[in-house]
Amino acid sequence: MSLDSTNAPAYQNDGEFHQQLIKEVLAAYPDKSAKRRAKHLSVSGADKPDCGVKSNIKSIPGVMTIRGCSYAGSKGVVWGPIKDMVHISHGPVGCGHYSWSQRRNYNTGTAGIDSFVTMQVTSDFQERDIVFGGDKKLASIIDELDDLFPLNKGITIQSECPIGLIGDDIEAVSRTKSKQIEKPIVPVRCEGFRGVSQSLGHHIANDAIRDWIFDRKGPKAAVETTPYDVTIIGDYNIGGDAWSSRILLEEIGLRVVAQWSGDGSLAELERGPQSKLNLIHCYRSMNYIVRHMEEKHGTPWLEYNFFGPSQIAASLREIASHFDDTIKENAEKVIAKYQPLVDAVLARFKPRLNGKTVMLYVGGLRPRHVMTAYEDLGMQIVGTGYEFAHRDDYQRTASYVKEGTLIYDDVSGYELEKFIERIRPDLVGSGIKEKYPTQKLGVPFRQMHSWDYSGPYHGYDGFAIFARDMDIAVNSPIWSIFKAPWDKAA
Amino acid sequence: MPQNALKIKDHADLFNEPEYQALLAEKRANFECPHPEAKVQEVIEWTKSWDYREKNLARQAVTINPAKACQPLGAVFAAAGFEETLSFVHGSQGCVAYYRSHLARHFKEPSSAVSSSMTEDAAVFGGLNNMIEGLANAYTLYKPKMIAVSTTCMAEVIGDDLNAFIQNSKKAGSIPQDFDVPFAHTPAFVGSHTTGYDNMIKGILTHFWEGQTRVEGDGINIIPGFDGYSVGNLRELKRIFDLMGVPYTILSDTSDVYDTPSDGEYRMYSGGTTLEATRAALNAKATISLQADCTTKTMEYIASKGQQVFAFNYPLGVQATDALLVKITELTGRPVPEALVLERGRLVDAYADSMNYVHGKSFAVYGDPDFVTGMARFLIEVGAEPVHLLATNGSKAWAKALEEEMAASPFGKQAKVWAGKDLWHLRSLLFTEPADYLIGNSYGKYLEKDCDIPLIRLTFPIFDRHHHHRFPTLGYHGGLQVFVKLLDKIFDVLDAKTSKTGISFDLTR
Repeated sequence: MSLDSTNAPAYQNDGEFHQQLIKEVLAAYPDKSAKRRAKHLSVSGADKPDCGVKSNIKSIPGVMTIRGCSYAGSKGVVWGPIKDMVHISHGPVGCGHYSWSQRRNYNTGTAGIDSFVTMQVTSDFQERDIVFGGDKKLASIIDELDDLFPLNKGITIQSECPIGLIGDDIEAVSRTKSKQIEKPIVPVRCEGFRGVSQSLGHHIANDAIRDWIFDRKGPKAAVETTPYDVTIIGDYNIGGDAWSSRILLEEIGLRVVAQWSGDGSLAELERGPQSKLNLIHCYRSMNYIVRHMEEKHGTPWLEYNFFGPSQIAASLREIASHFDDTIKENAEKVIAKYQPLVDAVLARFKPRLNGKTVMLYVGGLRPRHVMTAYEDLGMQIVGTGYEFAHRDDYQRTASYVKEGTLIYDDVSGYELEKFIERIRPDLVGSGIKEKYPTQKLGVPFRQMHSWDYSGPYHGYDGFAIFARDMDIAVNSPIWSIFKAPWDKAA
Repeated sequence: MPQNALKIKDHADLFNEPEYQALLAEKRANFECPHPEAKVQEVIEWTKSWDYREKNLARQAVTINPAKACQPLGAVFAAAGFEETLSFVHGSQGCVAYYRSHLARHFKEPSSAVSSSMTEDAAVFGGLNNMIEGLANAYTLYKPKMIAVSTTCMAEVIGDDLNAFIQNSKKAGSIPQDFDVPFAHTPAFVGSHTTGYDNMIKGILTHFWEGQTRVEGDGINIIPGFDGYSVGNLRELKRIFDLMGVPYTILSDTSDVYDTPSDGEYRMYSGGTTLEATRAALNAKATISLQADCTTKTMEYIASKGQQVFAFNYPLGVQATDALLVKITELTGRPVPEALVLERGRLVDAYADSMNYVHGKSFAVYGDPDFVTGMARFLIEVGAEPVHLLATNGSKAWAKALEEEMAASPFGKQAKVWAGKDLWHLRSLLFTEPADYLIGNSYGKYLEKDCDIPLIRLTFPIFDRHHHHRFPTLGYHGGLQVFVKLLDKIFDVLDAKTSKTGISFDLTR
């Protein structure tokens, strides 16, 4: 939920111009595709509680969607960061290769010994595995992994496309081998062709936590509980985000018993249901499992936003409101403690960024959650959209966006480039595939999946870095030398 | 409070602050159920042992940190080197997002490709409709001159027939009948990205050459192979051929594709081999492949058309460049011009000035087979000693040939060649039989950290150092780049080692 922010700047975008842009890009498509794409493009307004777009629908072939697949949603997002389990990219070599160490899920531990996040473990399917099936090979792989990595706490099987097509029974292999090695083995049916984007992969990965971790018989990590136990869910610790969030929760007197899944461990997964309150940052990728814990264990959950001081303060208060007066007082103290840092950051960067316009195109929670962080810096969001959102994400977005904001769901490369070219915002925040085309246009850019190899951006410590990075992007002297002097004269 | 608005600490410093160090230690101790520190240390030491090495080398099923990618990546890279060509990968869409990201991260450049976005229904009914609709959209929106179709493993498993699908799409009016749509089946469960490169080049040549009658001319075709340094290397090769006055066609010229200027314009298409030149390449006198392993099927096909074919193994250094130039002279009768003779002499001069620093130093090298072969030859040329030569996508025949070749050199005789092994195998090899230096790509940084062996990045992909690919490694100029990279690392290591006491921290070396 959008938490009310007190000092959001009042501005409104040029809705008419944005409507015109939508018309222009749709005109470039064949008719049938134009009709389909029209449902995904809109301009925000008070009359549109879901931002006026359809979402979570199949991408149109051939248009250069920016989306990924289910495997990316499971291995790349939800499971990959669980550090003390070995994640097998089950199928051909590519999927694991391209996703190897690319999401910057920071973690402690020793790689290859008791932490496996930065490794590419694959069954490297060959033709014979496709023809004869890969179950025997999978069983051998599990034996070899347990032998070579004795400190692993368990193994997950991240299915690539062929697994579901050739009829392998990875669940049976998992059950048998799990008994043998006496550790959880989690089969995940996240074949890339399932669903329409990363999103179904998140859902399948969540269900696998429920079915193969929570419901697993046998001893689980227990911990003494306290009335102050919370979890951080849907924070992947990109550039250390979960750590710069955790520090604040601990400072207000809460006890973070689990991080899901950034810098997370099997013990923390198992401990989730013992929490008093589940705090969810990326609603899209992990709402399924918090809803399950609410239904089955009665654990309430709360969506929060640790981007930018307005939302951090509002979130800390909202979180504290679920606890006693001590925690509430602590929240006020912590907000007050960091206020001088916030003031100093704003004093340094707001004058340099005030009034600058921003277009976003990201996944998960960021197309809405980071908006207010930009607004804290005086910047204005002129357009935003999601790779793989559902209707409930756009409903949550409606309260964040200003009137007239351009909304684009599952944007194509063509549309995004045209929108950027015509709007010419002062900054675009999107992914690696969008970075270089945008910069060639002379438009400043930040990768907002990987934080452009910076971060953390969460929490007060992260906000300072966020502000610095946006200033670097927007105010770098290099943008002024794109044109040669002889061009300027012309 | 660790953060400071005037001196902002990001992740590289922030988490070393005491507040965060305490937070991480407490999280680990209280919530992660960690193994006892002594146990962790014991396993760390065990993984360095011969016992672990034997277990590790004996594994039959699992692949860990392989130095290879899958076929369609090579196909997308190969297709990118043709004029205004858009790659269309038939199958699941996530794959295309991965290839584009992977290439963009290495080249720091845009990387365009589209997918037919097949989902569960296409898995059941086949992807024909996705192809028909997808080709129409790609053609209309992105206005390419050519669409090169390859496949993800999904389409291969369900057995979609590209040739029939493309014909059907043309019949359905997705694209004009005469529009160029070469294709290659590129199953990810066969070979690696180098195989995909081979298949796509062969697919494109087949598309343009079939049905034509060959009239032999005096031109030479050059097929570079999958090369992360293609930007620098192809420009350098073109300069060399221009100096020699040789009529040439580079088949898949990615040099301008992955190196567009920042001037306010986004060029989705830039440079590349023209379709006309590709068609005319049938008439060349000969085709030279710079990477034999990347072009096995392609070269067979070209030979079947009556051309002479010659394959090199990523020629690095003086003698490998000599051999390439000698071959071109033989084929064309064009002598090696004075300018190149001078460049050659300058590279030899650089070797002479600095050889004592590389002589006898031991190296482990991994990468694609042709790169490893080329690099091994470079090392023995300057008196260095390769000890481990590893290619995850190398064949047994490759390993045998290279091992024999190395055995014949006093500098190469200790080299062991490892085909089909991965970087987790290499970790064991480096712990038990260390090398002074490691040559590879960015993934080698984990080995550098674990094994404390300095890494020199000289092959694809290089994600964590910028712009090296804009400089050549081929030709005499390229040889100098390679040599200087080795020297710089060696000198940096020497300075770091001697700076502790100051003894031997010499101003002049």
